[in-house]
Amino acid sequence: MPLEVQLAKRLPEYTLDVAFTAGDEPLAILGPSGAGKTMLLRCVAGLEHPDRGSIALGGRVLLDTERHVHVAARDRRVGLLFQHYALFPHRTVAENIAFGLRSLSDEERERRVQSHMERAHIAVLGNRYPRQLSGGEQQRAALARALSIEPDALLLDEPLSALDTHLRAQMEALLQETFAAYRRPALLVTHNVEEAYRLGREMLVLSRGRVAAFGPREEVLRRPPSLEVARLTGCKNFSRARMVEGGFVEALDWGCRLRASQSLSRPPAHVGIRAHHIDFAESADAASRPEANVFPCWLSRSSETPFRVTLFLHLHRPPGETGEFHLQAEVFKEKWERFRDRPFPWHVRLAPELLFLLPE
Amino acid sequence: MYQTMAMFLGTPLDWSPLRISLATSVTATAITLVAGVAAAAWRERRRGPAMALVDGILVLPLVLPPTVVGFLLLLIFGRNGLLGRMLLRLGTTVVFSWPATVIAAAVVSFPLMYLTARAALEQVDTRYLEAARTLGGSEWRVFLEIALPLSWPGVLAGTILTFARALGEFGATLMLAGDIPGRTETIPIAIYFAVEAGDLHSASILCLLDVVISLVLLGGLYRWVQAPGSRRSQWMGR
Repeated sequence: MPLEVQLAKRLPEYTLDVAFTAGDEPLAILGPSGAGKTMLLRCVAGLEHPDRGSIALGGRVLLDTERHVHVAARDRRVGLLFQHYALFPHRTVAENIAFGLRSLSDEERERRVQSHMERAHIAVLGNRYPRQLSGGEQQRAALARALSIEPDALLLDEPLSALDTHLRAQMEALLQETFAAYRRPALLVTHNVEEAYRLGREMLVLSRGRVAAFGPREEVLRRPPSLEVARLTGCKNFSRARMVEGGFVEALDWGCRLRASQSLSRPPAHVGIRAHHIDFAESADAASRPEANVFPCWLSRSSETPFRVTLFLHLHRPPGETGEFHLQAEVFKEKWERFRDRPFPWHVRLAPELLFLLPE
Repeated sequence: MYQTMAMFLGTPLDWSPLRISLATSVTATAITLVAGVAAAAWRERRRGPAMALVDGILVLPLVLPPTVVGFLLLLIFGRNGLLGRMLLRLGTTVVFSWPATVIAAAVVSFPLMYLTARAALEQVDTRYLEAARTLGGSEWRVFLEIALPLSWPGVLAGTILTFARALGEFGATLMLAGDIPGRTETIPIAIYFAVEAGDLHSASILCLLDVVISLVLLGGLYRWVQAPGSRRSQWMGR
């Protein structure tokens, strides 16, 4: 039951203009705040009128501006989980979930409410009012409510952003369970690349209303089609680049020539590598071979997280007083412990297969 | 003081103004509640320059002196008025009858209900309404089950204001319904004519009654709304 979306809507600062198809696997929509993610969901849910476009869900036409079809939100059978839950404050959890089940008989409704509460692990909270619940419980209740109508598609607007780390992991597990059982198009909006990767099989990167990248999540992360997508997916190391003789790429900001295994139909404007892909060579020998992409470097500064450390590296010569750096490398602490006391220069290796080239 | 009280209690009094006033105010409030909320809900979904005119017309009875409202109502409901003629054809008339007191009170108090209901409906978070729509709720259900309950405090405040205004209505009522003891003579009108006739005794009792009714009703309403353990107090967090 694919969800086919193709729409345009003028917004104050840009035009939302997207086209994509979501299958039965969850699709993560990644983008910075203000990229139009929520607006896109609202258009699919029928809460906003696109200027033009069409939306079809498993053969049902929900929108077709050319033929003046605009199915009302209440008839779309699209479940929407609002960012701040939007549970009806004057109704208990059970009554919230029952709202969409009016056409059922009393027993059947009761049964459905109970089963949805159980699936969301909130069976004991049925008689509580939303304000008597924690944020995580409200989120679960809102998910149960969205699923109660057994929608043909599920839209989730930043489902994890308001939760703390522990609750986020729990909610993520619940979403994984839901997706596994649900098998219908699910769009999940987030600004967090890790969340997008963990929850979505496919990934769509939205930037100022446009689709900047769309494809299987591995593909989008491994070969970002543009500098923008590379940045939005968390890449931190970039240099302006140009092709030079011998098939080398000259990284202008890093002051070095690189071998890259990726080939590009258009000339590259930038070269990039992810922080955790930067490796360290055990010896300086490799640096003599140009195709090895090994360069001497000095540590400018470092920043620790519980299990990893970010190293800010300066290439070719020691950094000045101002803490300038060329590359950010992220390594596990165990590894860092092994070479932190070695004398400078260290040697970074920018593996050719992990470098990506970005066209203008 | 004691003597005055004894005098009050010892004298027979015509209770009809109390009965008429209560019947009029309750009926007018009920009508205004439905009409005001309906108008507010209708108006809330519309935009455009024409709406400013609509607002102006709906709020006009609040701004105009009650005698002017009464006069306009007389023109509408009189023998040559649009509605008056229609009613005549049906063999009836409302001028100088009890329904006239209700019409006058309802028209004059309508803007209060309309304005407070609109403010109350506007402050309801639209996400609740949208959530209800995505769950398949018809516009009617969204309004009755979500918008109205969530704007209830404001609507209730409007109801109280409406009732108070209806209870105190004088000018328009006198113009349209006149002063017919036992039929259209409400408390304010009875007080006015009692004072005019020099019957300060009746006037004082009626004034006292008015104060007591108002206090009892308002106090009762607030208690009811805020009753501890009620469903409402739970979700409101009281």
